[in-house]
Amino acid sequence: MLINLADSYFSAANGGIDLKEMNENDPLVVLIHGAGMDRTVWFQQTRFLSHHGYRCFAVDLPAHGGTEGPPLETINEMADWISSVIERLGGPAHIVGHSMGSFIALATAANHPDSVLSATLIAVAEGMPVHPDLQTAADDNLPKGASFIAGWGHGPDQHLGGNPTPGLWMIGGATAVVENSKPGILSLDLSICSSYEETLQQAQSVKCPTTLILGSRDKMTPRRAAQPLIDALTNPTVVELEGVGHMSMTEAPKEVRQVLLDNFSNS
Amino acid sequence: MVEPDAHKFDTKSLHAGQRPDPSTGSRAVPIHQTTSYVFDSVDEAAALYNLEVGGHIYSRISNPTVAVLEERIAALEGGVGAVCTSSGMAAFHLAVATLLNTGDHIVSSQNLYGGSHNMMTFTMPRFGISTTFVDPHEPKSFLDAANENTKLFYAEVLGNPGIEVLDIEAIADAAHSIGVPLVVDATFATPYLIRPIEHGADVVIHSLTKFLGGHGIAIGGAVVDGGRFDWAASGKFPTLSEPYDGYHGIVFTDEFGPQALSMRARAEGLKDFGACMSPSNAFYLLQGIETLPLRMQKHVSNTHSVLDLLDKHDAVEWIRHPDHPSHPDHELAKRLYTKGSGAILSFGISGGREAGKKFIESVELASHLANVGDAKTLVIHPASTTHQQMSAEDLSTAGIGEDLVRISVGLEDPADICADLDRALKASQR
Ligand SMILES: Cc1ncc(COP(=O)(O)O)c(C=O)c1O
Repeated sequence: MLINLADSYFSAANGGIDLKEMNENDPLVVLIHGAGMDRTVWFQQTRFLSHHGYRCFAVDLPAHGGTEGPPLETINEMADWISSVIERLGGPAHIVGHSMGSFIALATAANHPDSVLSATLIAVAEGMPVHPDLQTAADDNLPKGASFIAGWGHGPDQHLGGNPTPGLWMIGGATAVVENSKPGILSLDLSICSSYEETLQQAQSVKCPTTLILGSRDKMTPRRAAQPLIDALTNPTVVELEGVGHMSMTEAPKEVRQVLLDNFSNS
Repeated sequence: MVEPDAHKFDTKSLHAGQRPDPSTGSRAVPIHQTTSYVFDSVDEAAALYNLEVGGHIYSRISNPTVAVLEERIAALEGGVGAVCTSSGMAAFHLAVATLLNTGDHIVSSQNLYGGSHNMMTFTMPRFGISTTFVDPHEPKSFLDAANENTKLFYAEVLGNPGIEVLDIEAIADAAHSIGVPLVVDATFATPYLIRPIEHGADVVIHSLTKFLGGHGIAIGGAVVDGGRFDWAASGKFPTLSEPYDGYHGIVFTDEFGPQALSMRARAEGLKDFGACMSPSNAFYLLQGIETLPLRMQKHVSNTHSVLDLLDKHDAVEWIRHPDHPSHPDHELAKRLYTKGSGAILSFGISGGREAGKKFIESVELASHLANVGDAKTLVIHPASTTHQQMSAEDLSTAGIGEDLVRISVGLEDPADICADLDRALKASQR
């Protein structure tokens, strides 16, 4: 659906519930996708949360998925945008970010503390250096960029298969999401990720409860790369998912749903 | 540059879609011969029914054995998902019924499997869906035939009966220029010989009955969702981009993005029309796919042996196979089908209808039947069997001469196949 924001619109999935029918007293949840992706990477969580007592919105960042407009060029600008989305939807919100989206969630929690009830960071690390071949493929808008992300992004189990949603080939789905991104967007997002250096500083100023969901087989943001961030946050909850790669929302959807439900009810 | 991290085709043929069962350790894919699945809780059941979470409810909608086959085919084709059906015809119907409504129009290649041609000519019009047939060689002919109600272009990647080679990219570009998808039937090729999605096709239909299953033992079909077509931006596909009351106003493109077609085809089409695949058939078809790469190599090399024989044979007037230099699409085939363009060919027999009949009666190893893509060599003479009621004139309009014999080359020793064909060809001339 398209939702108006100032003088433009953004696109979001919310489980197909009419905005007018949502219960204003239900807590707000905002799901933030990663580099070159869009709202649909959350399809295993959005609809579930929307029908389980939350006003859940998986949003498309500007120039991603169904949201038009020029792309945002820094994590902090993206955090400002998320904060305006939270305000528009009637915040504060529990925010959940994946990969680049986890940086955005962290920055939103640090820069806009009044907007955020809790922050869940999925596949996060202190920094996200990008493989030069991936950056090159993305700069050239090659389909290979999507294949790199889908290939490295999933743990070994998903390279075999066994999607919880019958008939879907998970690696193909992730490849298509990234391939379908607008030209130049993956390249820009990746360079934003690799040049972002404020995680530790922001982690120190975050006041809300935080949870990290880390995959034991994540090649893109390996488990150990999250440790400095864990040390910098105040009392974070750390959930490690065995055998899971960079895409735990789709790789371990049930576990992620449960962590989110636990989180939201505790904070 | 490093290569993306992914299993190669042969490995996917054996493994994609399946992790060994953690509770039993079963290495082979178990046949889940069950109609239904116990729910963990009332809440889980409700969430499954409402498409909030993934899982199995009832085997008309999904089944764990069938799901392995679906994932495997999607992985081999490079798609986002697949929905298996009771037959290839059911797959074609499911794709059309998911995307089109009454009043809609298809532009289709004229060189099709007879069953598909029939469905579009006689059956779909009863439901308000019309089709214009065109020569598949020209993107312009598709565009000229399109109108404001056109919702898709349809063609076989290797056509019928002349094994016409589709320039997938050119026809896909034409389709996309008017905001409609290209749907292809890739039954004769299998993903081993060509992966149409990589060339721009949006949906791939298979009759798994043929080379994918490969042993002539189970009927089945699949709709493979490429996940690249932007259904919402096109604005022509309300079944995917507008609220559906069947699931409390769900908008499939909003929620599932590139997987919208797969999800709707299952949640509506399998659920309501019910042309599902049985778990046992899925098991048989999976066994076939395990050896797809090996079989297709041999199908193709045996086909080349048969082409060599026919090329030199006095009783043969002409040959139709894209790997043969006389085929009008030979150059295109060389470009698109680097591993060969399949194992179905036709040839003209000297002496027409009578000689064709004698040839069929004289083969001893090859089987005379109405199928293709078996491990065994198959032959048919349409003028004396499937099309016997047609006059010479009607046959030629359909592209089927009285002299046309079709062979689906099997996996026997090529010397035995050639000896059998040679003997029958000689007998046909007596
Ligand atoms: C090219 C092609 N497509 C579709 C079909 C229909 O498949 P099925 O017989 O599995 O319904 C056939 C089979 O006869 C075919 O040859």
